[in-house]
Amino acid sequence: MSCTEHTLLSRRQLVKGSAASLALWGLLPKAAIAGTRDPRLLTVVLRGGLDGLSMIAPIGDPDYLRIRAKLALTTEGPNAGLPLDDMFVLNAAMPFLHGLYRKGEALGVHAVASPYRGRSHFDGQDVLESGLPGVTRAEDGWLNRALSGLTISGKADPKGLAMGAVVPLVMRGAAPVMTWIPKAYGIELRQSTIARLMDLYSQTDPKLAKAFADGLEIDKVGMVPAAKPAAGQPARPFRDFIETAETAAKFLSSAEGPRVGALSYNGWDTHANEGAIQGQLATRLAGLDAAIKAFAEGMGSAWKDTVMIIVTEFGRTAHANGTDGTDHGTGMAALLVGGAVKGGRVLAKWPGLADKDLYETRDLNPTMDLRGVLKGVLRDHLGIPAGALAAKVFPDSRAVEVVDGLVS
Amino acid sequence: MPQHDTVTALRRFGLGPKPGDIKRVAGDPRGFLLSGIADKNIGRLDKPELQASHEVFAEAQEAQMAQRLAKALANEVAKDAGSRKPTPPLPATKPMAAATPAPMMGQAGKKPAALLPDPTAGQLRREALVEELAARIERASTTDNALVERLVIFWSNHFCVSSAKGPVRGLAGGYEREAIRPHVLGRFADMLKAVEQHPAMLIFLDNHVSTGPNSRAGKNRSVGLNENLAREILELHTLGVAGGYNQEDVTNLARILTGWAVGQLNIERSEPGRFFFAANRHEPGTWTVAGRKYTDEGQRSGEKVLDDLARHPSTAKHIATKLARHFISDKPPAALVAKVEKAFRDSEGDLAHVTRALIEAPEAWEPPAAKIVPPYDFTISLIRGLGLKPAPGEVVRLAGLLGQPIWQVPSPKGWPDDDDAWMGPSAIRERLRIAERLARDVDRGTDPRVAAADLLGPALSDETRTAIGRAETREQGLELLVMAPEFLRR
Repeated sequence: MSCTEHTLLSRRQLVKGSAASLALWGLLPKAAIAGTRDPRLLTVVLRGGLDGLSMIAPIGDPDYLRIRAKLALTTEGPNAGLPLDDMFVLNAAMPFLHGLYRKGEALGVHAVASPYRGRSHFDGQDVLESGLPGVTRAEDGWLNRALSGLTISGKADPKGLAMGAVVPLVMRGAAPVMTWIPKAYGIELRQSTIARLMDLYSQTDPKLAKAFADGLEIDKVGMVPAAKPAAGQPARPFRDFIETAETAAKFLSSAEGPRVGALSYNGWDTHANEGAIQGQLATRLAGLDAAIKAFAEGMGSAWKDTVMIIVTEFGRTAHANGTDGTDHGTGMAALLVGGAVKGGRVLAKWPGLADKDLYETRDLNPTMDLRGVLKGVLRDHLGIPAGALAAKVFPDSRAVEVVDGLVS
Repeated sequence: MPQHDTVTALRRFGLGPKPGDIKRVAGDPRGFLLSGIADKNIGRLDKPELQASHEVFAEAQEAQMAQRLAKALANEVAKDAGSRKPTPPLPATKPMAAATPAPMMGQAGKKPAALLPDPTAGQLRREALVEELAARIERASTTDNALVERLVIFWSNHFCVSSAKGPVRGLAGGYEREAIRPHVLGRFADMLKAVEQHPAMLIFLDNHVSTGPNSRAGKNRSVGLNENLAREILELHTLGVAGGYNQEDVTNLARILTGWAVGQLNIERSEPGRFFFAANRHEPGTWTVAGRKYTDEGQRSGEKVLDDLARHPSTAKHIATKLARHFISDKPPAALVAKVEKAFRDSEGDLAHVTRALIEAPEAWEPPAAKIVPPYDFTISLIRGLGLKPAPGEVVRLAGLLGQPIWQVPSPKGWPDDDDAWMGPSAIRERLRIAERLARDVDRGTDPRVAAADLLGPALSDETRTAIGRAETREQGLELLVMAPEFLRR
């Protein structure tokens, strides 16, 4: 174990943040971390727009079954979810998360959104990660700015941790960041990119489509049988995610490791054949569940001091579309998971799913500002003062109330 | 003027736009290209860190000789030590002691390693190659006048050498700068002569050791003719494979070219690393090549043959066809080839005139943009379009991964120029892998929707625009942009 860890640590690369826009912020008095806890925070950005209505399904809403049709989860029968409360069930692809929920270590936040109200992935991710009130050329992210104001106790590394070759915007900025790159050059092609490219070629360039398809076929043949997941194991693309989460735990749980990390994972843009508790989305949720499990188990005794923030850029349309999927929407579901989370509940001011209640008569209407939730975690878990949160970490967010009582 | 012409100018006749290029060129795409080739010397590339190829050759040869000398010396000393072995045998624990000459040489403390030249010939050649690659990549990645770099790529491939062949390694870059670049807008005959007399080509195609059987050197030793260069001159460089020559012509040209060699440190009155006519290897006699008789005038006979070959109608046809195929289409319109061929003949191979004819032919601007951008050009176009600054070694590696390592052609025929060659089963998949690799390094502020409009302009299809707009992440959007058919073809 210690040997593995050594190897991992030696592969770190120091990435110095670029923007100096908030350099003065570093000179402000550092916030002391509340109590004797040694808090750990991992932020997971799910890119593509996770369908919150299928992860945490509002089966208690009278309009839910009607608008979701084939995609709907139920309390019983073949599409039964895992019970959360009278209003919500959890997608059955996430049994580990369900266990945490029952132990009070997982909190669902529903009908929530960043300030972004458009439907572009890029812009939505920018607003989510920059922590700014609108779309701009963002240079740094809220997690990095939070890190600038943090005093890290003991032997822990004050640097932020970014998992993956690309530092996610949420972790970019003036505070130093270390990155861990899973496989430096063994670039695994992303299934979602392959599918999109194949779709594009088949529309406009059959010859390229054929050459590309042939190449992928060779790739498959070349794969060793051992690469096939065993029964019950998540599919190949998610093993990266799981391994990355596991490695993040190795860093964050180590006495001399960093305390604040970020990772992101693509593939949540389920426009077609989304499925209910089986299918495109359920496969991804199972991957997420396994990644949460790998991270939770990897944290060991530090899990009790841990909060995982799991967010996406936006939710998806309330109605299923014509291809049994959903399109880009607005209100989303987020998760707070960890031993330090005051969980076992779903936090929501439920707006309803009747057409008149939907945002622009198509999306789940956001009734909560995600920044309030994030501020709640940063204040109560990391001890960052509300004033700094309102002015520096989430600029111009004084009007957004900090959500109390998220962390125990 | 169709809007599309702007894209044609920058992609079909260039290495892909840099941000803002489409707007810059939009007013007059043909004028943009024509003004880019007005200066005949524009193709030259000189930088203080780039060494002339003869210097690289000479330094490497010196290093090699010094190394041999040091080894011979060490052997000598070892032999010496062996013969003077004292009666009581050396302790068995020191089996290497005999190879340690230091104490016996009376140079206390001096180790044999210090006698070895530093750096070695291999290192010198490698360093020269690395500098040359970096300069070439930098020019291609940043130039506003990419047509000229495309001409360099074309002619360098037409007259290719391979750096994979030992001594050529240190010369490949200098070769391109010395024999190709000065002539891409000059006379074909001048380029032909510069190429065939360049040490890189003479070594690559073995002419530097070719010896006439009836020459002074040939009579004394069992060395003889090597036809390699002569054959490729006729088949690849000038007339073309069906250009009207036979084996007799090949052998005769090989005879005429005997003595075209490379100066060496140990050859008197020769300059190391420069073209050198070794009269004692030259085959005497009068020989016929492609219907013309050449009496023996030493070095001059070969030059006369080259001049005649450069003017030969088959050469005009061969070059015109290759140019049209490279720039326009795998199956270029006959009218286009005819125009370029006529320009070549009328101007006796004035390549500025020939290039102008290609640009001015309306057929050259016709859609569709069908030709697959070859791997090196693709890699460069990614760098240009996305404003990347990868290390030169990375570019070399990536182009190599896609099957086109720079200056390492698979044969004297050079890189293939048809789509099928670059559309093998793994080719497109590997491009995606490289796109994924490079997309990570793109400045985060780059919006793929904006970049697509900027880099593809009017060529951007609705399907591609939609796919990019719907991408899950910026990186994915950029990957789809550079993998779109409009970006892969020109």
